[in-house]
Amino acid sequence: MSKFKKKANTKQEIPTSALPDIIFMLLFFFMVTTVLREVTINVKQRIPDATQLRKLQRKSLVSYLYIGEPKKTSQWGSEPRIQANDVFIEPKDVVLWVNQEKDKLDEVERDQITIAMKVDKEAKRGLVSDVEFQLRKANARKLLYTTLQEMEE
Amino acid sequence: MARNKQRDNPEINSSSMADIAFLLLIFFLVTTTIANDRGLSLLLPPDPDTMEQMDIKIPERNIFKIQVNSADKLLVEGEPLTDVAAIKSMIKEFVLNNGRNPELSDTPKDAIVSFKTDRGTSQEMFIEVLDQVQGAYYDMYAERVGVTNKQWRDIANDLSDPENKRLYDKGRGLKDGKVEFPMNISIAEPSKIGG
Repeated sequence: MSKFKKKANTKQEIPTSALPDIIFMLLFFFMVTTVLREVTINVKQRIPDATQLRKLQRKSLVSYLYIGEPKKTSQWGSEPRIQANDVFIEPKDVVLWVNQEKDKLDEVERDQITIAMKVDKEAKRGLVSDVEFQLRKANARKLLYTTLQEMEE
Repeated sequence: MARNKQRDNPEINSSSMADIAFLLLIFFLVTTTIANDRGLSLLLPPDPDTMEQMDIKIPERNIFKIQVNSADKLLVEGEPLTDVAAIKSMIKEFVLNNGRNPELSDTPKDAIVSFKTDRGTSQEMFIEVLDQVQGAYYDMYAERVGVTNKQWRDIANDLSDPENKRLYDKGRGLKDGKVEFPMNISIAEPSKIGG
C-alpha cells in the first residue's frame, strides 16, 4: 500500500537547474559589451542626435571632455562647465589637460590623440569654441562630437 | 533506515546559484556604461599663432555661407531658411556646379562651406547643421565610388585595409598628393553680437 502512495507523489516543481546558466549568459554579455565607468559625470548630458556618424577606431587614443550644466546647480551654478576627468576646468586649463593626456600615450602616438567632446544640447557655442581654440593651441586637432544615431526616415 | 537514505540522489541544492548570478549581473549593469564612441568627426585647423597671417581673396562664388544666430535661426547664402535638411541638397548643387552657374562654385576643389555661429547658438543646432554639411560631402564621395553613404563612412573609418584606402583616395580624388575633392568646411570663430 505504501508503495503505491509513493508513486502517486509526482514532483510538481519546475526544473530551475538551467536558470543559472541563462543568467550567466546574460552576465557574460554585459561583461563583454561594457566598459567600466572611469569618471563620475557631474554635468548634464543630453547628447544631440545626428545621422552622419563616424566611429573611432583606436579607443586608447581617445580622451573625453564633458561639457554641460552642472548637476549640482546649488554648488556650481547653472552656467555650463567643462569637466575633464573628475574636476571642472576652465577653458585656459585645456592645454595643460591635453598635455597630461598626451603624456599617458606612447611618444610616437602623441600627435594622434583624439578628443571626444560630449556636449549637452543646451550648451552654448561660445564655450565650446573656446575649448576648440585651446585644443588648436595644444595641437590636439582630431576632434569628435559625440552624438547619438538619429533614426532616418 | 540507513539503506533508504543511501538510495536518495545526492544532489547539491543549486537553486541559489541563480540568485548569486543575478547579483553579479546587477552589479555589472549598474557599474558599466555601453561605450558610445560614435559621433561627428572633425579636424581642427592648426594653431592660429603659428599660422602666417595672409589675406587671401576668395571669390564670393566659391563660398557657401551658413550663419546661425543666438536664437538658432538660420541664414544660408543671405537668405533665411527654416528647414535645416534643405542645406544638404543646396551644398551638393553648390559643390558640383563646376563653373556652370556663375553664382556657385568654380570647382569642387575651390568650394568652401563657411559655417559661422554666434556665441549664444546652442550646440544642438550646431550639430544639426554640421551633420547636414558633412552628410552632403559623404553623399558626394559615396556617389563617386559607387557605394552608399553608410558604406562610405565605414570605409573612411578603417583605412588600414588597402582596398578601403584605395576607394577612399578615389572618392576624394587624391592625385599627386593633392586632394581634388576636399571637404572644405570652415568653422569660423563665433560672433559676440548675441541677439
